Amino acid sequence: MARKMNEKMNGNKKRGFISGMSDTNLLLLITVVVFVVMYASAVIFLGSGFLKPQAFFNILNDNASLIILACGMSLVMITGGIDISVGTLTALVCMSCAVHLDFNGGSVLTAVLLALGIGLAFGAVQGFLVAYLEIQPFIVTLAGMFFAKGMTTIVNATQFNVAHEGFQALKATRLYVPGMGSVNKLGNYVPAYVEIGVVVAIVTVILLFMLLRWTKLGRNFYAVGGNAQSANMLGINVKNTKFMAHLLCGLLAGIGGFVYFMHVGSGSPSHAAGAEMNAIAASIIGGTMLTGGVGNIMGTFFGVLSLSTIKNIVSSLGLDEAWWTNITVAAMICLFLVIQSLVLRRKGKSK
Amino acid sequence: MSTSNKTAAKKGGVISGLLHNQICIPLAALLALVIFNLVMDPSFFEIKMGYSSAGDPVLSGYLITILDNASELVILAIGMTLVTAASGGQDISVGATIAIAGSVVLRVLCGTESRPDELQAPIFVAFLICCLVAMLFGAFNGVLVSYFNIQPMVATLILFTAGRSIAAWINNNELPIIDDAVFGYFGNFIPGIPIPTPIFIAVACMILIALTLKFTTLGLYSQAVGINPHSSRLNGIDPAKVKLITYIILGLCVAVAGFIKVSRFSTINYSVVAKDIEMDAILAVALGGNALSGGKFNMGASILGAYVIQFLTTTLYKFNVVSSALPAYKAVVVIILVVLSAPVVRQKLNEIFKKFNERKTAEKPTDGPNKGAKEAA
Amino acid sequence: MQEGAVLEMRGICKHFPGVKALQDVDFTLREGEIHALMGENGAGKSTLIKVLTGVYPKDGGQIYIAGKDAPVKISSPQDAQNIGISTVYQEITLCANLTVAENMFIGRTKGAFTKWKDINERAGRILESLQIPASPTQQLASCSIAVQQMVAIARAVDMECKILILDEPTSSLDEQEVAKLFKLMRDLKAKGVGILFVTHFLDQVYEVCDRITVLRDGKLVGEYAIENLPRVQLVSKMLGKELDDLSEIKKEGEGETVVSDGAPVLQASKLVSDAGIKPFDFAIRKGEVNGFTGLLGSGRSECVRAIFGADKVLGGQVMMDGEKVRITKPRDAMKHGIGYLPEDRKQDGIVGDLSVRDNIILAMQVMQGPMKPASRAQAEKFADEYIALLDIKTASTETPIKQLSGGNQQKVILARWLLTDPVYLILDEPTRGIDIGTKIEIQKLALKLAEEGKSVTFISSEIDEMLRTCSRLIVMRDRKVVGELTGEDLTQNKIMATIAGGE
Repeated sequence: MARKMNEKMNGNKKRGFISGMSDTNLLLLITVVVFVVMYASAVIFLGSGFLKPQAFFNILNDNASLIILACGMSLVMITGGIDISVGTLTALVCMSCAVHLDFNGGSVLTAVLLALGIGLAFGAVQGFLVAYLEIQPFIVTLAGMFFAKGMTTIVNATQFNVAHEGFQALKATRLYVPGMGSVNKLGNYVPAYVEIGVVVAIVTVILLFMLLRWTKLGRNFYAVGGNAQSANMLGINVKNTKFMAHLLCGLLAGIGGFVYFMHVGSGSPSHAAGAEMNAIAASIIGGTMLTGGVGNIMGTFFGVLSLSTIKNIVSSLGLDEAWWTNITVAAMICLFLVIQSLVLRRKGKSK
Repeated sequence: MSTSNKTAAKKGGVISGLLHNQICIPLAALLALVIFNLVMDPSFFEIKMGYSSAGDPVLSGYLITILDNASELVILAIGMTLVTAASGGQDISVGATIAIAGSVVLRVLCGTESRPDELQAPIFVAFLICCLVAMLFGAFNGVLVSYFNIQPMVATLILFTAGRSIAAWINNNELPIIDDAVFGYFGNFIPGIPIPTPIFIAVACMILIALTLKFTTLGLYSQAVGINPHSSRLNGIDPAKVKLITYIILGLCVAVAGFIKVSRFSTINYSVVAKDIEMDAILAVALGGNALSGGKFNMGASILGAYVIQFLTTTLYKFNVVSSALPAYKAVVVIILVVLSAPVVRQKLNEIFKKFNERKTAEKPTDGPNKGAKEAA
Repeated sequence: MQEGAVLEMRGICKHFPGVKALQDVDFTLREGEIHALMGENGAGKSTLIKVLTGVYPKDGGQIYIAGKDAPVKISSPQDAQNIGISTVYQEITLCANLTVAENMFIGRTKGAFTKWKDINERAGRILESLQIPASPTQQLASCSIAVQQMVAIARAVDMECKILILDEPTSSLDEQEVAKLFKLMRDLKAKGVGILFVTHFLDQVYEVCDRITVLRDGKLVGEYAIENLPRVQLVSKMLGKELDDLSEIKKEGEGETVVSDGAPVLQASKLVSDAGIKPFDFAIRKGEVNGFTGLLGSGRSECVRAIFGADKVLGGQVMMDGEKVRITKPRDAMKHGIGYLPEDRKQDGIVGDLSVRDNIILAMQVMQGPMKPASRAQAEKFADEYIALLDIKTASTETPIKQLSGGNQQKVILARWLLTDPVYLILDEPTRGIDIGTKIEIQKLALKLAEEGKSVTFISSEIDEMLRTCSRLIVMRDRKVVGELTGEDLTQNKIMATIAGGE
């Protein structure tokens, strides 16, 4: 794949296009191309099901929370850290909000505030430990992951569906996308829709894209991830920057958790199991490097889409045994890692 | 305690010297746990004669349980320490590859039957094949890390995601059960010996790694590669090869751990077996005071760390913590330990300790160490 | 504060565990002067600078800045920047993953947003005015090291600072680039900027500086106007003793530079590696010291790396003692008795966290093979032996090598190779960034090894050193061997002419 792309590039652009590109943009380009190719081949080989806009919107509906979580993950990864607590944190947020709404007589607004509060609290504590006490992020967030996991069952050990009316109304709200509907077998027009979560996710992506591209804080993330020592010498407050990354990641996990909650409408200790790994996978597929300093929110967005497209392809191929999904996802991560590794190595050589 | 300024300062020196020794971290944690249990319920340390499920007289008690259950973790911690040192990252796929290794054992011993009357292959053949397969998967991780320069956490994410699915696929998603007394010996008791077999296996692994470190340059090479791969290469060491070897060794550890796991239950559940064990193994390495970013390591401290983690788990179970809530308590303990051992915090504590000494040398014996222990508990 | 001073440091103290890095040091920088800070390695220059730039907190003393009555508190590099102190460090401290323009402006723009158009334009203007061959939107990683260093200087220059600290900025620049830098320094001086300049090159000090402050062992020796301090005196003040070792070794060296007529130990023909050098021929005899010379980037290091198999060898033939050998990786070279002390000590030489002992035995251990580790006692014996032999200053054999000073680290690496008893030893810039005393010791050692019948290739940026040690010089230009000088041709002028080329 990498070679094919390089040939294409060299063919119609001036020489040195690839080596002239920043790592971030190069990896983003690969991700977008792969997603388009994958979606196109799904449409061609698996029939028109994928062609309906609603098929695409369903991917968004199902993955709105993952998009938000992956965005937070990308922020932390760009600064050279990692946060593996986001998955269980999502479960904790769901469970807390569910209990709050149904047992403690809370309103939707207070539930949202609760979700944000939990996320911020996690982000602040983890950020403090990572940035100011200089403990490895993997260990800190590992503990955070365990803590959230345990806390979820302490809050409530069993799964239950939320009956709160206001919340049900919110959950059922659908935003219709004009002009994207399709005609079903009976000849009726079915409008295309997205859930509120998708809007939240897209707004998040846009805001974070702007944050990373145009704000000082965003650029500081890249600098700290690229070389923390240099960043310090350049007059950047490295500790504060790392703290902010974790804080934002926590906040986004809170938002993502609530979006997940709106999508499923229940609390359960097994919610969002493995979401942190999906978020990491999406970030990697989207061209974020765990070594830090390289990555792009748009890439992460396409990373999530690619990840779920491949899952959809696998399930519509009739390979419904559960293991196939995991194996293909793993194969895809593997493929992307090797591509990244090869592309960057080739770039290094050409220098 | 002496009242003179000099000896107080010297004492401070000794304590801060101890604080800088790596093994003091797991030791302090262990001490804190022991004290906690002694205070709460001294019967925790009783060892009685009981009877195994086969009716043989065996030792029983919490301490035995800890030593027994920690075996797989200890074995993994050995491999994880090497991997961490050489590659500066951790293998998060060990739980999933244990499922694969176990699945292979089942497949070889049971063939295609789900509950064979007699084993389809000798046990040691099954063990060898299981080792081979696990080492192959270790090599897969190792190749990604060393030859493709992918960060270990990410490279092993692949098998972490797919491992349990592969394990299910090997046995066609069935769960064969092995009905063979001898096979059960490895995970339980050998008749006539009152101590659980996994303890012996763990000890054997420790001896093996001690000998390996003594009679080969594995230790020096993996540390050198972890600290500075460039200069290691210029001194004739092949960093990629060393990293690969550590991953293969970890694969071997996984095979042994997986074999014990299958033997314990005579079968395994692919999605549950050794769940979260990768986290415990990494914690063991970290608790041993080894930098997770690679470089210098202390194998003894890692092994002790593994036992401490099992000690903690068992303690929590004993105090009727629901197993699903266990992680929350574990996390709190881990955070306290890690915070106390963080260089920044230790430096601050040292400073405070020093000032404290300077100010109150004559009046009172310092309660600094006690205070530290209280905090750790 | 004194009249005209922009910076005054009074009674600065700094301790590290077991070391008094700075004791009661004073330093004054005046408006519009270039002030050299001199001292051997371990004298405290870097520590003083790091205190001044807020990287290390100081343990005692005050810092005064022009225009402020009270002593200033500098607790981070950011603070230093804010009060007008800009710094360019020896190692490049920029972020390679960002663009050139970003590296010039990050951490010092006002407002919460990055105005790309604005900074790219401004960066473009500055780069142009300083004639730095880089585009503002280029990723820094794609620039050469020298250009990266220039970008760092451009950043500092643009900050309209009153105080500019240049900590060995010239070590990775070639002569033209150094000239450019000096012009820049003089321009800034004319604008009234006080420049603190640290360098190991005496020539450069006497070329641009107005004043010299000398430190030794963490203490202030004195502050001198440049015209009052001839070179010899400067050196003796830095070393702390009246000694003419420099001329001594020169005499010794001259006596030594007899062309050896021993049998060739190593002969390479048409050797080429993937590091971009043209195929070259090379030979060295028993008991000979020869060297590669040329400007930085001329390919001298790449040549020896090809011989040692450190870069990927693409072609050519190597004969050792008349037999054809295949060297594709360092291990092969070591098996044939070749040792290589690399140019970049920090990155390629030391294994930082390992003890001095482990660092010394490393290469020997590799030669013995993975199944025969040296026992603790054996390793301890070797380490003690070489610590005594090379006079390595270390607290113990257990001390991590990264805690040693540069010169002592270099000696440990030397010990590492001596322990393998090589027939041919390559020393690539063994004297870079270390104190004068150790420099001389290393040069003497190279000659002594040759006397013992070993062959040595010596590379140094300082032609003096090469003349003192080598009996044959291979001159390189633009990654190509352009000449070989022996005997009477070994003069500074002749070498310069060959390097410059153009007959």
